[in-house]
Amino acid sequence: MSGTELVHDHKMEGWNRPPVIEPDGEAELLEVAMGPHHPSTHGVFRMDVALDGERVIRLKPVFGYLHRNHEKIAEGVSYLASMPYTDRLDYFCSLSNNWAYALAVEKLVGQTVPERAEYLRVILAELTRVQNHASAIGFLIQEMGASGTPLMYAFREREKILDLFESLTGSRMMCNYMRFGGCRMDASAAWLDAARKVVVGLPKFVDEIDNLLSSNEILMARCQGVGILRQDLAINAGISGPMLRATGVNYDLRKVDKYGIYDRFKFRVPLGEVGDIYDRYMVRMLEMRESITILEQALNDIPGGPVMNPTAKLRGFRPKAGEAYGRIESPKGELGFYLISDGTPNPYRYRVRPPSLVNLTVLEDMCLGSNVADVVLIFGSVDIVLGEVDR
Amino acid sequence: MLGEGILKGLAETAKNFAGSFVSEERLTTVQYPEERIAPFEAARVFPFLVFDQENRDGGGPEWEAGLRCVACQICEKECPPKCIYIEKSKDKKLDYLGKGQYYPARFDIDISVCMSCQICVEVCPFEAIKMDTEFELSTTDRFGALLLDRSQLAKSNEHYHKIHPTDATAVDARLADEKAKVDAKAKAAADAAAAKAAATQPTNEGGD
Repeated sequence: MSGTELVHDHKMEGWNRPPVIEPDGEAELLEVAMGPHHPSTHGVFRMDVALDGERVIRLKPVFGYLHRNHEKIAEGVSYLASMPYTDRLDYFCSLSNNWAYALAVEKLVGQTVPERAEYLRVILAELTRVQNHASAIGFLIQEMGASGTPLMYAFREREKILDLFESLTGSRMMCNYMRFGGCRMDASAAWLDAARKVVVGLPKFVDEIDNLLSSNEILMARCQGVGILRQDLAINAGISGPMLRATGVNYDLRKVDKYGIYDRFKFRVPLGEVGDIYDRYMVRMLEMRESITILEQALNDIPGGPVMNPTAKLRGFRPKAGEAYGRIESPKGELGFYLISDGTPNPYRYRVRPPSLVNLTVLEDMCLGSNVADVVLIFGSVDIVLGEVDR
Repeated sequence: MLGEGILKGLAETAKNFAGSFVSEERLTTVQYPEERIAPFEAARVFPFLVFDQENRDGGGPEWEAGLRCVACQICEKECPPKCIYIEKSKDKKLDYLGKGQYYPARFDIDISVCMSCQICVEVCPFEAIKMDTEFELSTTDRFGALLLDRSQLAKSNEHYHKIHPTDATAVDARLADEKAKVDAKAKAAADAAAAKAAATQPTNEGGD
């Protein structure tokens, strides 16, 4: 075996599970099914938890309740007709999903995108990131027991961003805006002004919620040192997004791939140290601030011109036989679309790499040994949308 | 300090509570259905079929005579959830260009399946199908009332102008442009034929 080295050894150090806590001899394990209809599960999701008193001994995530056959449907319809279905994957971030899919098809057919459309994509994706992180934080605090107030603050800001989406794309959540080779319609000067107005107000909102929450004793007591995800496990399990960065790994596809025009903007990638819930919360908070700086730069520099490549075809195109993988840094992590074309108008294979599903796979490792009340919190800090997990 | 977070939170709540009495823009709640927010111009709910009042050929009610749809079935093919059903007519009627075209003998949209994605509007080459903004469509009938046929889908161009003024004006301009081109071409052809006839006249006379 000369010349070949096993890079990924199964016996890699640090791959072992956290020590399993053995129950006391006399104690009986209590098995609880949390979900599928449980207010903490963000949808229909079940956790089969085995408890010794308050401590979690085993946790088995069960998903698939929301399976909608997304991939197989996409193989039966044209490339264009899959675009509105991508809105329904992660319904909080439909514009990010649109972008990832458009990127994959553009790679497959070798299509370029005009400048203005690239800027619009960045603006919309970053607005999506802000509203996703705001509501993720809101839901996390809600699950901590602060029922209402922080979530309503987050949703107040989200409402302004959704109004922007609706006035541009016609729909609040199911935007269906991007097309292969550009965007569906141009943003008017009035829309850009409205977007600037919203972006000017965003730092105030982030300050407000930061000031209100970040140094709160209850939040720190519940979050710090709870649900720790170790860095080596995060890397080995393929975790991405804020969850990975909270463990201290500097991996952001906007910096790594520089897809679109992200190499033109100045922004920093916030990193955590411990990898606990608090770090995930802080990474999201800081990412909102960085997104706002990207938005300011993009709204300042946006050029005129067309938003659609004139050579781009809307329908009826047949990509050459081949494959393409388009990926972006969606607010939840690496969202990828893998397409195989066999020369027909429909994709031969259509595969989604959903960040929510992959990030959920380490749930048991984060929960073992913690209290059952913390399971809800740890689950909330992963920030998943069941539409994307089950597809 | 213990309890600082609670005090901070209470201060924040008090600030917002007081602020909501002072600041007008904080009062975002609307008492629907008595009060309503006007929909955005880009808003889209379900598709409808456009008909022109001035462009009518053949009998039947006004909407049927003026439908822009030529039953090309592209929208039926491209519709992601396949909620459109079209039957092509056997005969033809004249469209706005004066050209004989088929028309939909049947055009059904199952709006319980439709997801308002607007792809039918984008792929339609005849500007015949557009998105509506009507959203209060609830009914007690689960099946029949949500399967809309031609007569329920047909809405006038004026309605389109009312809900999407910018788009409708652009579409009208484009159609008028097309018609002007066709008219000019027909006129040029007629003129050429007349000129040809005039030109051939003397030679005939000369030949005699």
